[in-house]
Amino acid sequence: MAVMERVHRATPLERWAGLGAAALGWWALYSVNLPFWDWLLRDVVGLDLETRLGSGIHFFLYDTVKILLLLAGIIFLVTVLRSFMSVERTRAILGGRREGVGNVAAAALGVVTPFCSCSAVPAFIGFVAAGVPVGVTLSFLIASPLVNEVAIALLLGLFGWGPTLLYIGAGLTIAIVAGFILGRMRPERWIEPFVFETTLGGQAVDPGYALTWNDRVQMGLEEVRDILKKIWPYLLVGIGIGAAIHGWAPEQWFADHAGPENLLAVPLAVLLGVPLYSNAAGVLPMVEALFDKGLPMGTLLAFMMATVALSLPEMILLRRVLKPQLIGLFIAVVTVGIVAVGYLFNAVLPA
Amino acid sequence: MHIKILGPGCTNCANLERVTREAAAELGLDATFEKVTDYGAIAGYGVMRTPGLVVDEALLMSGRVPTASAVKELLAPLA
Repeated sequence: MAVMERVHRATPLERWAGLGAAALGWWALYSVNLPFWDWLLRDVVGLDLETRLGSGIHFFLYDTVKILLLLAGIIFLVTVLRSFMSVERTRAILGGRREGVGNVAAAALGVVTPFCSCSAVPAFIGFVAAGVPVGVTLSFLIASPLVNEVAIALLLGLFGWGPTLLYIGAGLTIAIVAGFILGRMRPERWIEPFVFETTLGGQAVDPGYALTWNDRVQMGLEEVRDILKKIWPYLLVGIGIGAAIHGWAPEQWFADHAGPENLLAVPLAVLLGVPLYSNAAGVLPMVEALFDKGLPMGTLLAFMMATVALSLPEMILLRRVLKPQLIGLFIAVVTVGIVAVGYLFNAVLPA
Repeated sequence: MHIKILGPGCTNCANLERVTREAAAELGLDATFEKVTDYGAIAGYGVMRTPGLVVDEALLMSGRVPTASAVKELLAPLA
């Protein structure tokens, strides 16, 4: 808390100096990460990094530090940038849109609006009661977890710009198309009636309004702390599995069973990913290790999308406002979209 | 002063209630607290990101957990 109080009272000079020092420290840590573990494990501990055990341990330590640094840096930047947007502003933009254009706008806004799926229910009520079409609202709710800052940070750090941009494009397309299709099915009949009976009283306060730079920096730090606190167990398990795959999984087995020739690999990966509740931080270390083993990127991205886009806890939350028929259709349409994207990537990307 | 904490019972809501009680105690306010967990009622205040802080039926803040001193700054003019 003491840090937050100091940020709260910082003068502009203190603030920019602090941010500059933090950026330098971040860059220094990121640069020494690989040489440090090489030196410690090979020269000090005397491990042979070519062996299974050696490369597994090296992967685990190096990846843990790298991913934590990437997450902290990108979550901070994204949160500060997003503090200029708000759900209230997004709703105001979407209010007058028709379906079609509205779906496109909703998916794009789902990426830039600060939002956590824990608020999916109040946001859903707020959007629909204010007259935003149901399909457009669903586009927003699909895009928001699918194309999130954690996924983008890690994809960029582990795979570079190409797969990251493909992922963002594919995620947006799925959100737009799925929301549009669901909107055509007259989904209003599958929404709990109280949503339409809710009258929006009160004066909506825009949380993005009147924030100082100190507030934004503080929000960035809080978000880094909260997200890391929430995802570190997933991260460690994910990197642990990744390290095991890295050291022990037989390359030939994957090539034979899950290569691009196996047409069932994509739907199987998606069906495996849907009930698995994790987040990008838990899944990406595994994806990285499996990619090294020669699995095609499309299959892996489809697996990852299925894990982050559809989660059981969010569906249970949404059950408060959506009837089971619409939840079922929602899952079905998004799943089909992800499978299609997986095939497309496998066809387009060289293995 | 009647203070309502809006939220379905998540950790953020508990944290917001904690810092608000702290701030109210430091200001020496005579405040009653109420938790609002019903989604319809929460949305009725215009809140789309929980938690939300409502004082005497006016929404002061939503979507984040401020520090106790920030809540103090919000509550002080209303005392």
